[in-house]
Amino acid sequence: MYAQMVDTGAKRLRTSEEMSPEERAFQERIDADIKIEPKDWMPEAYRKTLIRQISQHAHSEIVGMLPEGNWITRAPTLKRKAILMAKVQDEAGHGLYLYAAAETLGVSRDELIADLHSGKAKYSSIFNYPTLTWADIGAIGWLVDGAAIMNQIPLCRCSHGPYSRAMIRVCKEESFHQRQGFDIMMTLCRGTLEQKAMAQDALNRWWWPSLMMFGPPDADSVHSAQSAQWKIKILSNDELRQRFVDQTVPQADYLGIKVPDPLLKWNDERGHYDTSPIDFEELYNVVKGNGPCNRDRLRTRVKAWEEGAWVRDAALAHAEKRAARSARKAA
Amino acid sequence: MTEWPLWEIFIRSQHGLAHKHVGSLHAPDSEMAIKNARDVYTRRNEGVSIWVVKSADVTASSPGEKEPLFEPANSKVYRHPTFFPMPDEVKHL
Ligand SMILES: [Fe+2]
Ligand SMILES: [Fe+2]
Repeated sequence: MYAQMVDTGAKRLRTSEEMSPEERAFQERIDADIKIEPKDWMPEAYRKTLIRQISQHAHSEIVGMLPEGNWITRAPTLKRKAILMAKVQDEAGHGLYLYAAAETLGVSRDELIADLHSGKAKYSSIFNYPTLTWADIGAIGWLVDGAAIMNQIPLCRCSHGPYSRAMIRVCKEESFHQRQGFDIMMTLCRGTLEQKAMAQDALNRWWWPSLMMFGPPDADSVHSAQSAQWKIKILSNDELRQRFVDQTVPQADYLGIKVPDPLLKWNDERGHYDTSPIDFEELYNVVKGNGPCNRDRLRTRVKAWEEGAWVRDAALAHAEKRAARSARKAA
Repeated sequence: MTEWPLWEIFIRSQHGLAHKHVGSLHAPDSEMAIKNARDVYTRRNEGVSIWVVKSADVTASSPGEKEPLFEPANSKVYRHPTFFPMPDEVKHL
Protein backbone atom coordinates (compact mmCIF):
# COMPACT_ATOMS: atom_id res chain seq x y z
CA MET A 1 0.00 0.00 0.00
CA TYR A 2 1.24 3.51 0.64
CA ALA A 3 3.24 1.66 3.27
CA GLN A 4 4.38 -1.67 1.85
CA MET A 5 6.32 -4.42 3.61
CA VAL A 6 6.87 -2.53 6.85
CA ASP A 7 9.41 -4.32 9.03
CA THR A 8 8.17 -4.87 12.61
CA GLY A 9 11.37 -6.53 13.83
CA ALA A 10 9.29 -9.53 14.96
CA LYS A 11 9.90 -13.11 13.89
CA ARG A 12 6.76 -14.36 15.60
CA LEU A 13 4.05 -13.20 17.98
CA ARG A 14 4.89 -13.26 21.66
CA THR A 15 2.46 -14.78 24.13
CA SER A 16 1.03 -12.77 26.98
CA GLU A 17 3.32 -14.65 29.43
CA GLU A 18 6.43 -13.66 27.51
CA MET A 19 5.57 -9.97 27.73
CA SER A 20 6.78 -7.63 30.46
CA PRO A 21 4.02 -6.26 32.72
CA GLU A 22 4.22 -2.91 30.90
CA GLU A 23 3.93 -4.57 27.53
CA ARG A 24 1.03 -6.70 28.68
CA ALA A 25 -0.84 -3.62 29.94
CA PHE A 26 -0.09 -1.93 26.60
CA GLN A 27 -1.46 -4.87 24.60
CA GLU A 28 -4.56 -4.98 26.83
CA ARG A 29 -5.26 -1.32 26.09
CA ILE A 30 -4.97 -2.01 22.38
CA ASP A 31 -7.25 -5.04 22.67
CA ALA A 32 -9.78 -2.80 24.45
CA ASP A 33 -9.59 -0.30 21.54
CA ILE A 34 -8.03 2.42 23.68
CA LYS A 35 -5.88 4.73 21.54
CA ILE A 36 -2.17 5.12 22.25
CA GLU A 37 -1.27 8.80 22.58
CA PRO A 38 2.14 10.51 22.26
CA LYS A 39 3.06 10.58 25.95
CA ASP A 40 1.86 7.04 26.71
CA TRP A 41 4.34 4.22 27.27
CA MET A 42 4.81 2.04 24.20
CA PRO A 43 7.16 -0.83 23.30
CA GLU A 44 10.19 0.31 21.36
CA ALA A 45 9.30 -2.01 18.46
CA TYR A 46 5.80 -0.49 18.19
CA ARG A 47 7.29 3.00 18.09
CA LYS A 48 9.90 2.10 15.50
CA THR A 49 7.46 0.19 13.29
CA LEU A 50 5.02 3.10 13.36
CA ILE A 51 7.74 5.58 12.45
CA ARG A 52 8.58 3.36 9.48
CA GLN A 53 4.95 2.93 8.46
CA ILE A 54 3.77 6.52 8.91
CA SER A 55 6.85 8.05 7.31
CA GLN A 56 6.60 5.67 4.36
CA HIS A 57 2.99 6.74 4.02
CA ALA A 58 3.98 10.44 4.23
CA HIS A 59 6.77 10.00 1.67
CA SER A 60 4.27 8.35 -0.69
CA GLU A 61 1.96 11.36 -0.49
CA ILE A 62 4.84 13.70 -1.26
CA VAL A 63 6.52 11.66 -4.01
CA GLY A 64 3.03 10.91 -5.33
CA MET A 65 2.71 14.57 -6.30
CA LEU A 66 5.43 14.15 -8.93
CA PRO A 67 3.72 11.92 -11.52
CA GLU A 68 0.60 14.12 -11.35
CA GLY A 69 2.48 17.41 -11.20
CA ASN A 70 3.93 16.36 -14.53
CA TRP A 71 0.53 17.12 -16.12
CA ILE A 72 -0.47 20.36 -14.40
CA THR A 73 0.95 22.53 -17.16
CA ARG A 74 -0.49 20.27 -19.84
CA ALA A 75 -4.01 19.65 -18.54
CA PRO A 76 -6.47 19.82 -21.46
CA THR A 77 -8.63 22.64 -20.02
CA LEU A 78 -8.39 25.35 -17.40
CA LYS A 79 -11.03 23.53 -15.35
CA ARG A 80 -9.02 20.29 -15.37
CA LYS A 81 -5.90 22.21 -14.48
CA ALA A 82 -7.53 23.88 -11.47
CA ILE A 83 -8.92 20.52 -10.29
CA LEU A 84 -5.57 18.78 -10.68
CA MET A 85 -3.78 21.54 -8.76
CA ALA A 86 -6.30 21.22 -5.91
CA LYS A 87 -5.79 17.46 -5.88
CA VAL A 88 -2.02 17.70 -5.83
CA GLN A 89 -2.19 20.34 -3.10
CA ASP A 90 -4.32 17.94 -1.03
CA GLU A 91 -1.58 15.32 -1.37
CA ALA A 92 0.94 17.80 0.03
CA GLY A 93 -1.46 18.30 2.95
CA HIS A 94 -1.71 14.53 3.47
CA GLY A 95 2.06 14.30 3.60
CA LEU A 96 2.18 17.06 6.20
CA TYR A 97 -0.52 15.53 8.45
CA LEU A 98 1.40 12.28 8.36
CA TYR A 99 4.85 13.75 9.01
CA ALA A 100 3.37 15.54 12.03
CA ALA A 101 1.92 12.25 13.29
CA ALA A 102 5.32 10.56 12.89
CA GLU A 103 7.05 13.39 14.73
CA THR A 104 4.96 12.71 17.86
CA LEU A 105 6.91 9.43 18.05
CA GLY A 106 10.15 11.27 18.72
CA VAL A 107 11.73 11.61 15.28
CA SER A 108 12.45 14.96 13.62
CA ARG A 109 11.16 16.12 10.25
CA ASP A 110 14.70 16.55 8.99
CA GLU A 111 15.60 12.98 9.95
CA LEU A 112 12.52 11.67 8.14
CA ILE A 113 13.36 13.60 5.00
CA ALA A 114 17.03 12.61 5.14
CA ASP A 115 15.96 8.96 5.25
CA LEU A 116 13.80 9.41 2.16
CA HIS A 117 16.59 11.12 0.27
CA SER A 118 19.22 8.55 1.19
CA GLY A 119 16.92 5.74 0.04
CA LYS A 120 16.75 4.27 3.55
CA ALA A 121 13.04 4.99 3.82
CA LYS A 122 10.68 3.73 1.12
CA TYR A 123 7.59 5.12 -0.55
CA SER A 124 4.88 3.30 -2.46
CA SER A 125 6.04 1.35 -5.51
CA ILE A 126 3.20 2.83 -7.57
CA PHE A 127 4.82 6.25 -7.89
CA ASN A 128 7.76 4.80 -9.77
CA TYR A 129 5.69 4.41 -12.92
CA PRO A 130 5.57 7.20 -15.52
CA THR A 131 2.52 9.27 -16.50
CA LEU A 132 2.73 9.11 -20.28
CA THR A 133 -0.64 10.53 -21.32
CA TRP A 134 -3.46 12.61 -19.87
CA ALA A 135 -5.46 9.40 -19.40
CA ASP A 136 -2.87 8.36 -16.80
CA ILE A 137 -4.09 11.21 -14.60
CA GLY A 138 -7.58 9.71 -14.84
CA ALA A 139 -6.28 6.22 -14.11
CA ILE A 140 -4.28 7.41 -11.09
CA GLY A 141 -7.25 9.15 -9.48
CA TRP A 142 -9.56 6.25 -10.20
CA LEU A 143 -7.25 3.33 -9.40
CA VAL A 144 -4.41 4.61 -7.20
CA ASP A 145 -6.50 6.90 -5.02
CA GLY A 146 -9.19 4.22 -5.07
CA ALA A 147 -6.71 1.68 -3.72
CA ALA A 148 -5.44 4.21 -1.18
CA ILE A 149 -8.98 4.80 0.14
CA MET A 150 -9.49 1.06 0.50
CA ASN A 151 -6.39 0.89 2.69
CA GLN A 152 -6.89 4.13 4.59
CA ILE A 153 -10.49 3.70 5.72
CA PRO A 154 -9.69 0.80 8.06
CA LEU A 155 -6.60 2.70 9.31
CA CYS A 156 -8.91 5.39 10.73
CA ARG A 157 -9.51 2.77 13.47
CA CYS A 158 -5.83 2.03 14.11
CA SER A 159 -4.44 2.02 17.64
CA HIS A 160 -2.21 5.11 17.38
CA GLY A 161 -4.16 8.30 18.09
CA PRO A 162 -2.21 10.76 15.90
CA TYR A 163 -2.08 8.32 12.94
CA SER A 164 -5.78 7.52 13.17
CA ARG A 165 -6.70 11.22 13.33
CA ALA A 166 -4.49 11.94 10.30
CA MET A 167 -6.22 9.10 8.42
CA ILE A 168 -9.66 10.51 9.22
CA ARG A 169 -8.69 13.87 7.71
CA VAL A 170 -7.12 12.20 4.70
CA CYS A 171 -10.14 9.98 4.04
CA LYS A 172 -12.48 12.99 4.06
CA GLU A 173 -10.48 14.44 1.17
CA GLU A 174 -9.79 11.31 -0.85
CA SER A 175 -13.13 10.64 -2.43
CA PHE A 176 -12.87 13.84 -4.46
CA HIS A 177 -9.56 12.46 -5.81
CA GLN A 178 -11.07 9.20 -6.91
CA ARG A 179 -14.11 10.83 -8.45
CA GLN A 180 -12.15 13.41 -10.44
CA GLY A 181 -10.09 10.50 -11.83
CA PHE A 182 -13.16 8.51 -12.80
CA ASP A 183 -14.64 11.65 -14.33
CA ILE A 184 -11.57 12.01 -16.56
CA MET A 185 -11.89 8.35 -17.60
CA MET A 186 -15.60 8.78 -18.29
CA THR A 187 -15.00 11.82 -20.47
CA LEU A 188 -12.33 10.00 -22.46
CA CYS A 189 -14.47 6.88 -22.85
CA ARG A 190 -17.38 8.95 -24.18
CA GLY A 191 -15.07 10.79 -26.58
CA THR A 192 -13.51 9.80 -29.88
CA LEU A 193 -12.15 6.32 -30.60
CA GLU A 194 -8.63 7.64 -30.02
CA GLN A 195 -9.61 9.07 -26.62
CA LYS A 196 -11.21 5.80 -25.59
CA ALA A 197 -8.10 3.93 -26.73
CA MET A 198 -6.04 6.25 -24.54
CA ALA A 199 -8.20 5.36 -21.53
CA GLN A 200 -7.81 1.64 -22.31
CA ASP A 201 -4.04 2.03 -22.63
CA ALA A 202 -3.86 3.77 -19.24
CA LEU A 203 -5.88 0.98 -17.62
CA ASN A 204 -3.60 -1.58 -19.25
CA ARG A 205 -0.51 0.02 -17.77
CA TRP A 206 -1.90 0.92 -14.28
CA TRP A 207 -3.95 -2.18 -13.47
CA TRP A 208 -1.19 -4.54 -12.30
CA PRO A 209 0.90 -1.91 -10.51
CA SER A 210 -2.30 -0.89 -8.68
CA LEU A 211 -2.87 -4.46 -7.50
CA MET A 212 0.77 -4.63 -6.37
CA MET A 213 0.24 -1.53 -4.22
CA PHE A 214 -1.44 -3.74 -1.64
CA GLY A 215 1.88 -5.48 -1.01
CA PRO A 216 3.04 -9.11 -1.17
CA PRO A 217 0.56 -11.99 -0.78
CA ASP A 218 -0.41 -12.76 2.82
CA ALA A 219 1.57 -15.98 2.78
CA ASP A 220 4.78 -14.00 2.26
CA SER A 221 3.97 -11.15 4.65
CA VAL A 222 6.05 -12.03 7.68
CA HIS A 223 5.30 -8.86 9.62
CA SER A 224 1.54 -8.76 9.21
CA ALA A 225 0.70 -10.76 12.32
CA GLN A 226 2.57 -8.41 14.62
CA SER A 227 1.10 -5.33 12.92
CA ALA A 228 -2.38 -6.83 13.21
CA GLN A 229 -1.90 -7.54 16.92
CA TRP A 230 -0.84 -3.92 17.44
CA LYS A 231 -3.82 -2.79 15.32
CA ILE A 232 -1.70 -0.73 12.99
CA LYS A 233 -2.77 -2.96 10.13
CA ILE A 234 -6.44 -3.83 10.17
CA LEU A 235 -7.07 -5.89 7.03
CA SER A 236 -4.60 -8.17 5.23
CA ASN A 237 -3.01 -7.37 1.86
CA ASP A 238 -4.97 -10.05 0.04
CA GLU A 239 -8.29 -9.05 1.61
CA LEU A 240 -7.83 -5.43 0.59
CA ARG A 241 -6.68 -6.42 -2.90
CA GLN A 242 -9.73 -8.63 -3.40
CA ARG A 243 -12.07 -5.85 -2.29
CA PHE A 244 -10.38 -3.51 -4.71
CA VAL A 245 -10.77 -5.91 -7.63
CA ASP A 246 -14.42 -6.59 -6.78
CA GLN A 247 -15.20 -2.89 -6.61
CA THR A 248 -13.22 -1.81 -9.67
CA VAL A 249 -14.14 -4.40 -12.33
CA PRO A 250 -17.80 -3.27 -12.57
CA GLN A 251 -16.55 0.33 -12.87
CA ALA A 252 -14.35 -0.65 -15.82
CA ASP A 253 -17.37 -2.43 -17.32
CA TYR A 254 -19.36 0.78 -17.00
CA LEU A 255 -16.61 2.69 -18.78
CA GLY A 256 -16.60 0.04 -21.51
CA ILE A 257 -12.89 -0.69 -21.17
CA LYS A 258 -11.32 -4.04 -20.38
CA VAL A 259 -9.28 -5.01 -17.33
CA PRO A 260 -6.07 -6.49 -18.83
CA ASP A 261 -6.42 -9.95 -17.29
CA PRO A 262 -7.47 -12.83 -19.56
CA LEU A 263 -8.28 -15.02 -16.55
CA LEU A 264 -10.43 -12.45 -14.76
CA LYS A 265 -13.75 -14.14 -13.97
CA TRP A 266 -16.56 -13.81 -11.47
CA ASN A 267 -16.53 -16.80 -9.13
CA ASP A 268 -20.09 -17.43 -7.97
CA GLU A 269 -19.03 -19.85 -5.27
CA ARG A 270 -16.58 -17.44 -3.63
CA GLY A 271 -18.66 -14.37 -4.38
CA HIS A 272 -15.51 -12.68 -5.68
CA TYR A 273 -13.60 -12.16 -8.90
CA ASP A 274 -10.75 -14.58 -9.63
CA THR A 275 -7.64 -13.05 -11.20
CA SER A 276 -4.47 -14.31 -12.83
CA PRO A 277 -1.53 -14.74 -10.48
CA ILE A 278 0.27 -11.44 -9.88
CA ASP A 279 3.90 -11.09 -10.89
CA PHE A 280 5.30 -10.07 -7.51
CA GLU A 281 8.86 -10.17 -8.84
CA GLU A 282 8.01 -6.87 -10.48
CA LEU A 283 6.91 -5.42 -7.13
CA TYR A 284 10.08 -6.58 -5.34
CA ASN A 285 12.16 -5.16 -8.14
CA VAL A 286 10.47 -1.75 -8.05
CA VAL A 287 10.74 -1.62 -4.24
CA LYS A 288 14.45 -2.39 -4.57
CA GLY A 289 14.85 0.74 -6.68
CA ASN A 290 14.66 -0.65 -10.19
CA GLY A 291 11.28 0.64 -11.34
CA PRO A 292 11.01 2.84 -14.43
CA CYS A 293 11.18 6.13 -12.46
CA ASN A 294 12.83 5.43 -9.07
CA ARG A 295 16.02 7.36 -9.76
CA ASP A 296 14.20 10.26 -11.38
CA ARG A 297 11.74 10.62 -8.48
CA LEU A 298 14.45 10.73 -5.83
CA ARG A 299 16.62 13.07 -7.86
CA THR A 300 13.68 15.48 -8.20
CA ARG A 301 12.95 15.39 -4.45
CA VAL A 302 16.58 15.94 -3.47
CA LYS A 303 16.92 18.78 -5.94
CA ALA A 304 13.80 20.52 -4.61
CA TRP A 305 15.07 20.12 -1.05
CA GLU A 306 18.52 21.44 -1.80
CA GLU A 307 17.38 24.32 -3.95
CA GLY A 308 14.87 25.33 -1.27
CA ALA A 309 17.50 25.40 1.49
CA TRP A 310 18.21 29.12 1.15
CA VAL A 311 14.50 29.89 1.52
CA ARG A 312 14.23 27.86 4.72
CA ASP A 313 17.38 29.45 6.11
CA ALA A 314 16.37 32.97 5.15
CA ALA A 315 12.91 32.62 6.68
CA LEU A 316 14.43 31.42 9.93
CA ALA A 317 17.06 34.19 9.97
CA HIS A 318 14.34 36.75 9.34
CA ALA A 319 12.18 35.37 12.17
CA GLU A 320 15.16 35.44 14.56
CA LYS A 321 16.05 39.00 13.63
CA ARG A 322 12.49 40.18 14.19
CA ALA A 323 12.24 38.35 17.51
CA ALA A 324 15.50 39.97 18.66
CA ARG A 325 14.25 43.40 17.59
CA SER A 326 10.98 43.11 19.50
CA ALA A 327 12.85 41.77 22.56
CA ARG A 328 15.08 44.89 22.47
CA LYS A 329 12.04 47.13 22.22
CA ALA A 330 10.42 45.45 25.19
CA ALA A 331 13.57 45.84 27.30
CA MET B 1 20.71 24.01 9.38
CA THR B 2 18.16 24.01 12.20
CA GLU B 3 14.58 22.98 11.61
CA TRP B 4 11.73 25.49 11.72
CA PRO B 5 9.96 25.24 15.09
CA LEU B 6 6.79 23.20 15.49
CA TRP B 7 3.44 24.93 16.06
CA GLU B 8 0.16 23.54 17.36
CA ILE B 9 -2.81 24.68 15.33
CA PHE B 10 -6.27 25.47 16.71
CA ILE B 11 -9.22 26.25 14.46
CA ARG B 12 -12.62 27.70 15.24
CA SER B 13 -14.85 25.98 12.73
CA GLN B 14 -17.90 28.24 13.16
CA HIS B 15 -18.82 31.37 15.02
CA GLY B 16 -19.98 30.44 18.49
CA LEU B 17 -17.81 27.33 18.81
CA ALA B 18 -14.51 27.00 20.67
CA HIS B 19 -11.16 26.68 18.90
CA LYS B 20 -10.20 23.04 18.55
CA HIS B 21 -6.77 21.46 18.13
CA VAL B 22 -6.43 20.13 14.58
CA GLY B 23 -2.75 19.23 14.29
CA SER B 24 0.69 20.76 14.00
CA LEU B 25 3.10 22.13 11.44
CA HIS B 26 6.54 23.72 11.09
CA ALA B 27 6.98 27.42 10.39
CA PRO B 28 9.70 30.02 11.01
CA ASP B 29 7.42 32.38 12.94
CA SER B 30 3.82 32.82 14.09
CA GLU B 31 2.80 34.79 11.03
CA MET B 32 3.99 32.07 8.66
CA ALA B 33 2.45 29.44 10.95
CA ILE B 34 -0.96 31.07 10.41
CA LYS B 35 -0.43 31.25 6.65
CA ASN B 36 0.66 27.62 6.50
CA ALA B 37 -2.22 26.56 8.75
CA ARG B 38 -4.59 28.27 6.31
CA ASP B 39 -3.20 26.10 3.49
CA VAL B 40 -2.85 22.86 5.42
CA TYR B 41 -5.98 22.86 7.59
CA THR B 42 -8.64 25.06 5.96
CA ARG B 43 -8.67 24.16 2.27
CA ARG B 44 -12.40 23.40 2.44
CA ASN B 45 -13.78 26.22 4.59
CA GLU B 46 -13.04 24.38 7.82
CA GLY B 47 -12.48 27.55 9.79
CA VAL B 48 -13.31 31.15 10.59
CA SER B 49 -10.36 31.71 12.97
CA ILE B 50 -6.89 30.24 13.57
CA TRP B 51 -4.74 30.18 16.71
CA VAL B 52 -1.12 29.03 16.61
CA VAL B 53 0.94 28.13 19.68
CA LYS B 54 4.57 27.05 19.72
CA SER B 55 4.56 23.35 20.66
CA ALA B 56 7.47 24.00 23.03
CA ASP B 57 5.23 26.38 24.99
CA VAL B 58 2.57 23.76 25.68
CA THR B 59 2.68 22.19 29.13
CA ALA B 60 0.82 18.89 29.23
CA SER B 61 -0.23 16.67 32.11
CA SER B 62 1.63 13.39 32.05
CA PRO B 63 -0.19 10.09 31.65
CA GLY B 64 1.48 8.93 34.87
CA GLU B 65 -0.39 11.61 36.81
CA LYS B 66 -3.73 10.46 35.48
CA GLU B 67 -4.85 8.91 38.79
CA PRO B 68 -3.99 11.72 41.23
CA LEU B 69 -5.38 14.27 38.78
CA PHE B 70 -8.64 12.72 37.72
CA GLU B 71 -9.43 10.03 40.29
CA PRO B 72 -10.83 12.49 42.90
CA ALA B 73 -13.73 13.31 40.59
CA ASN B 74 -14.84 9.68 40.47
CA SER B 75 -16.08 9.59 44.05
CA LYS B 76 -18.09 12.80 43.69
CA VAL B 77 -21.10 11.39 41.91
CA TYR B 78 -23.34 14.00 43.57
CA ARG B 79 -21.93 16.49 41.05
CA HIS B 80 -24.22 14.92 38.45
CA PRO B 81 -27.93 15.75 38.41
CA THR B 82 -28.78 12.06 38.00
CA PHE B 83 -27.57 11.49 41.61
CA PHE B 84 -30.85 13.01 42.83
CA PRO B 85 -33.90 10.96 41.84
CA MET B 86 -36.94 13.18 41.45
CA PRO B 87 -40.56 12.11 41.78
CA ASP B 88 -42.32 11.75 38.43
CA GLU B 89 -45.12 14.16 39.40
CA VAL B 90 -42.68 17.02 39.91
CA LYS B 91 -41.99 18.88 36.69
CA HIS B 92 -39.34 21.32 35.50
CA LEU B 93 -36.45 20.06 37.65
FE1 LIG C 1 -3.40 11.29 -0.40
FE1 LIG D 1 -5.34 11.22 -3.00
